[in-house]
Amino acid sequence: MNSDHISGKLAIFALAMFGFGYALVPIYDVLCDITGLNGKTGEITAESVSKLVVDYDRTVTVQFDTNVNSELPWTFRAVDKTLVVHPGEVTEAVFIAVNTSSAEVTGQAVPSVAPAQASLYFNKTECFCFTKQTLAAHEQKEMVVRFVVETGLPKKISTLTLSYTFFVTPEEKVGDLAFIAADPAI
Amino acid sequence: MSYGAGHDDNHDHKPTGIGRWLFSTNHKDIGTMYLIFALIMFFIGGAMAMVIRAELFQPGLQFVNPQFFNQMTTMHALIMIFGALMPAGVGLANWMIPMMIGAPDMALPRMNNMSFWILPFAFILLLSTLFMDGGAPAGGWTMYPPLTLQLGNAFPFLIFTIHLLGISSILGAINIIATIFNMRAPGMTFMRLPLFVWTWIITAFLLIAAMPVFAGAVTMMLTDKFFDTSFFSAAGGGDPVLFQHLFWFFGHPEVYILILPAFGIVSQILPTFARKPLFGYASMVYATAAIAFLSFFVWAHHMFTVGMPLAGELYFMYATMAIAVPTGVKIFNWIATLWKGSMTFETPMLFSLAFIVLFTIGGFTGLMMGITPVDFQYHDTYFIVAHFHYVLVPGAIFGVMAGIYFWLPKWTGHMYNETLGKWHFWLSAVSVNVLFFPQHFLGLAGMPRRIPDYNVQFADWNMVSSLGGFVFGLSQLLLVVVVIQCVRGGQKATDQVWEGAHGLEWTLPSPPPFHSFTTPPQVTEATAHS
Repeated sequence: MNSDHISGKLAIFALAMFGFGYALVPIYDVLCDITGLNGKTGEITAESVSKLVVDYDRTVTVQFDTNVNSELPWTFRAVDKTLVVHPGEVTEAVFIAVNTSSAEVTGQAVPSVAPAQASLYFNKTECFCFTKQTLAAHEQKEMVVRFVVETGLPKKISTLTLSYTFFVTPEEKVGDLAFIAADPAI
Repeated sequence: MSYGAGHDDNHDHKPTGIGRWLFSTNHKDIGTMYLIFALIMFFIGGAMAMVIRAELFQPGLQFVNPQFFNQMTTMHALIMIFGALMPAGVGLANWMIPMMIGAPDMALPRMNNMSFWILPFAFILLLSTLFMDGGAPAGGWTMYPPLTLQLGNAFPFLIFTIHLLGISSILGAINIIATIFNMRAPGMTFMRLPLFVWTWIITAFLLIAAMPVFAGAVTMMLTDKFFDTSFFSAAGGGDPVLFQHLFWFFGHPEVYILILPAFGIVSQILPTFARKPLFGYASMVYATAAIAFLSFFVWAHHMFTVGMPLAGELYFMYATMAIAVPTGVKIFNWIATLWKGSMTFETPMLFSLAFIVLFTIGGFTGLMMGITPVDFQYHDTYFIVAHFHYVLVPGAIFGVMAGIYFWLPKWTGHMYNETLGKWHFWLSAVSVNVLFFPQHFLGLAGMPRRIPDYNVQFADWNMVSSLGGFVFGLSQLLLVVVVIQCVRGGQKATDQVWEGAHGLEWTLPSPPPFHSFTTPPQVTEATAHS
């Protein structure tokens, strides 16, 4: 084995490790789906909801946490800060978003559940976070999330937090928001 | 095969002037440049540490504003890790590996030149950010998004600096592996290699495996910022925690990249001054390899508090504990090497002995933080600052210092000033403890890291720590005095230099010829290493 040969092999190894770094991104997503590592919530169809058995002997407190990214000129809050639900029961929570700027802005909410272990058992049948939300200037909008906590939720978890953060949609970010920074109304 | 393919065949002729350094393909000249570069960066990074300790001397804001303070903590770390310690390790590897394995030079001398000359440009990029609008990177050397994505003009400079450093160290690592695999003298089998050479094989593989992942992670940040990808941006469906996983997948092997060469140096020095062969040579090799292998499976112990499932926290806790086993093997082997040895205490030996004691303290605090439940208290406090400074300053840096004193007579042909060397050692060894030991107390009491101001309850120990810091910083100037004196002249060094020294490098004249071994020596078990 001469030096060129071995250094060629090592260079290929280095390039492969660069690729491996990128491969870790989808691997991480899959692991998060399995373990709930990043607190991302699940979805459930209306059909399977009808088959759920409600556990009336147990109550779970669901807290709502709302955040707005600093680049988005909105306010955003939950109508009820907490709800007490039974596992298996479909519940509706209402949120109110207000566009405080004098321009139309599109945002999207990213949900997260804590503790992360609970996220595997927290499913939504309907959520404003599934789609982009466009609010006209100074528009106020009610947004609904319909969710169900599965009966399999570990016994030691009695409280879980659903957190939403509204972000400017990445497409909108490019240049469009310069006017907002210049708007003294915000 | 032909030895030293690629450099000029004119063995007596040394290129002169600036060209000797700019176009150098000589392992000794490049090694010297690496070491001088590392020394300069050590003082630049050290000056930043002095700013940090001056600001923390008393509570309240005295000298700098918080934004600049954060720039100092971030830049201090980047410069010390990538500018001082890594180049110092590569410099020693360049100087010593060809001489230790009986080769005339490195396997790929032109690439060697390139891997060095990338470094000054990389650090000009990085240091230039200090003079930009918005200043230098200030989000911590770990570069976590989203904070680091909010950097101003410094951001792309930071990313491209990392790219350049990555290229430099990968090229260097490839060269080191090619040299050791191809250029060993007859009889120099793998299990006869000096320990320093072994630790560098393993370090080089760590570099090649870990640096590209880091390069990938910072490239993702770059595209997140400028090309609207969303690897780490929650708005686009990404996850900032993913960066922490990628970073520490690189970051944990990186800490072994910093320490393993120091392990190798100490394993050369202890047998020399104990006048006994290294205890448990084979177990030393296997332990080093085991540490390196395990380092790829423990990364998330740096991020216990991000909210991992319990199973994950337990796994990373136990895997971390497992590293203590091969590390313990090394520590006990070093102690067994000293056992009943005829020890003398020249400066390299003193630095090596201090290394064992103080690195072990750093190792133990590392174990404490490896315990998940207690890490929640220690996380991001001065306790972690104390821990990693113990393993990196009296650990890795003392190892490098020991190596410099050990090999300086071989490099220059003159003995260094032993009295000054001892002064340097004792001042450093005492002040480094005054500097970092109180930081354990501060951390346990709850002082967070990376803050310019603190509660008055932390005032006393911070003042002690700062005083230790100033003494430690000033003492390092003695190293410069010793090195300059030694280069200029002094008592003539013999070929063997130290009475108990064994190995090929000590069979060459002091200073060694421009091309180390032009005819490969025949190596036996007895002459291979100490």
